[in-house]
Amino acid sequence: MEAAMGLMRRIPPKHTETALSALLTLLPQHSSDLLSQVDQPLQVFSDIDSGKEFILCEYNRDADSYRSPWSNKYHPPLEDGALPSAELRKLEIEANDIFSIYRDQYYEGGISSVYMWEDDNEGFVACFLIKKDGSKTGHGRRGYLQEGAWDAIHVIEVGPEEEGTAHYRLTSTVMLSLTTNNDASGMFSLSGSIRREGHRNNNITSLHVPTRVFRMTLPWSSSHAKFLLTLAQVMNMDLSIQEGHLCNMGRMIEEMESKLRNSLDQVYFGKTKEMVCTLRPPSEVVMRLPET
Amino acid sequence: MADEEEAELNETQKKEIAKWFLLNSPPGEIQYVAKDVKAILDDDELYQEAASESFPLYNKSHMISLELPDRSGDVIITSFGELGKNEFLDPRTAQVAIIDHVKQVCTEVRPAMDEDLPSPYIEEFRCALDAEILKYISEAYPKGVCSVYCGSGKDVEGPGSDFELVVVISAARHSPQNFCNGSWRSVWNIEFKDDMQLVELSGKLQVGAHYFEEGNVQLDAKHECKDSTILQSAEDCAISLASIIRHHETEYLASLEASYSNLPDTTFKDLRRKLPVTRTLFPWHNTMQFSLTRDISKELGIGK
Repeated sequence: MEAAMGLMRRIPPKHTETALSALLTLLPQHSSDLLSQVDQPLQVFSDIDSGKEFILCEYNRDADSYRSPWSNKYHPPLEDGALPSAELRKLEIEANDIFSIYRDQYYEGGISSVYMWEDDNEGFVACFLIKKDGSKTGHGRRGYLQEGAWDAIHVIEVGPEEEGTAHYRLTSTVMLSLTTNNDASGMFSLSGSIRREGHRNNNITSLHVPTRVFRMTLPWSSSHAKFLLTLAQVMNMDLSIQEGHLCNMGRMIEEMESKLRNSLDQVYFGKTKEMVCTLRPPSEVVMRLPET
Repeated sequence: MADEEEAELNETQKKEIAKWFLLNSPPGEIQYVAKDVKAILDDDELYQEAASESFPLYNKSHMISLELPDRSGDVIITSFGELGKNEFLDPRTAQVAIIDHVKQVCTEVRPAMDEDLPSPYIEEFRCALDAEILKYISEAYPKGVCSVYCGSGKDVEGPGSDFELVVVISAARHSPQNFCNGSWRSVWNIEFKDDMQLVELSGKLQVGAHYFEEGNVQLDAKHECKDSTILQSAEDCAISLASIIRHHETEYLASLEASYSNLPDTTFKDLRRKLPVTRTLFPWHNTMQFSLTRDISKELGIGK
């Protein structure tokens, strides 16, 4: 399993699906672990009743059917598929409506779905999903991208209410790939995924950025999977539920998405740019001799 | 029962999967991938087979460079210098490196046979170009290596026939402790056309980078270009060819940088904006306004 996760950190993210199915065939005994630990590009299905599209994930699946957040019905139909309680379903409907607006304001298109379910310790779990196709042929308004996909998964565990506050724990994953193509630069393709966890109880403390020294002392071969999950970005905050769960969860997601976007943009893509410039430093003065 | 049947993969399928992983290793990381593949396969014999089939392909496509055991330089592993399964020509020293593909080391060298080397006429062009490219590499690539091979017409004895040289440039940087690896590869096919007194170049440039601290981010960039110059003496040809190559590679790097600087403000915006279209954070505290607008539009029948 460690070796499998090690491979998933090396295979180009655009090949994730192929790599996962290859691992599933090689390690059928680990299939549930693999499916839960490897993030795959999100799939979309169309709700028969409303005609609207919804996102498929482990959290709205029962047997081989997926529940639509719009009609609350399983596709394909399932007799006794699990449903959230009436009260939670109310919150789920509201969350889907508000999150659609949020998604439209940030993503200018795309698809979003929110699923909620009760957990064992009197709280609940909510999963917010966004899928955006930013390519020229998809929802890319500016037409810069030959191919561009942004898939975000936010899972929030909400603890039981205690004296007017609740504990929120957010795990976010963003998967991204983009390809531009123009005559001058040829094909330019970047792809990546990052996964961060954030807790909120108490006040916001500074970002926990693991130090480089610590990283270097880790055995470097196949410990990445653990490393990925344990050395995460941590936020702590106690939130009054006076303004409602949705408001709290929404703010957490908004903050996390902005952070992830910045990290991808500045740190992760920046690092690959740095690498290119180490290979061939750009400072070189161009001297073209006259062709005689 | 169907599941069990599916789970029972035959050896060929397993080997194909192992090879797929090995061949898709990022620059400089095949050894790490190999270690994981070996653990997953849990079958030494099968792993050895997969490795012995994949490593040669990977080494050649990534154009890795290996140090010669006598420290006389590096040999680039490419199909242009491939003499036998494990034998690669180093044109500069006129030596043949015998290598171990899986260990990625050069075990011994031997002098090249006469039939592996080009005629003195071709060698004059090759050697002059090699010297110019070497000069360019040392200026432009901190860790670059290059070779100039004769692609075709190595037995041409003098003016009057066509021949082809191939310039290979390979620069790699591996820093696993910083979770970052990368490689730059260029191949320039240079055709000397005697009848038109013309030299035509076509270049294939490929840049890859992998950053994997708390994630997995990969750059894969490819570019092709063409140019030409007139056929002159070996020295003059070498100078103008090296300057053409330098020019195109510098321009390509600049366009890569431009692609990067376009990311945050333009390209990325088509995926997710930094701020909403309203240019203020989302009003989570006041989502009632949305429900009201929705109710009104529903009542007026203008909803979606």
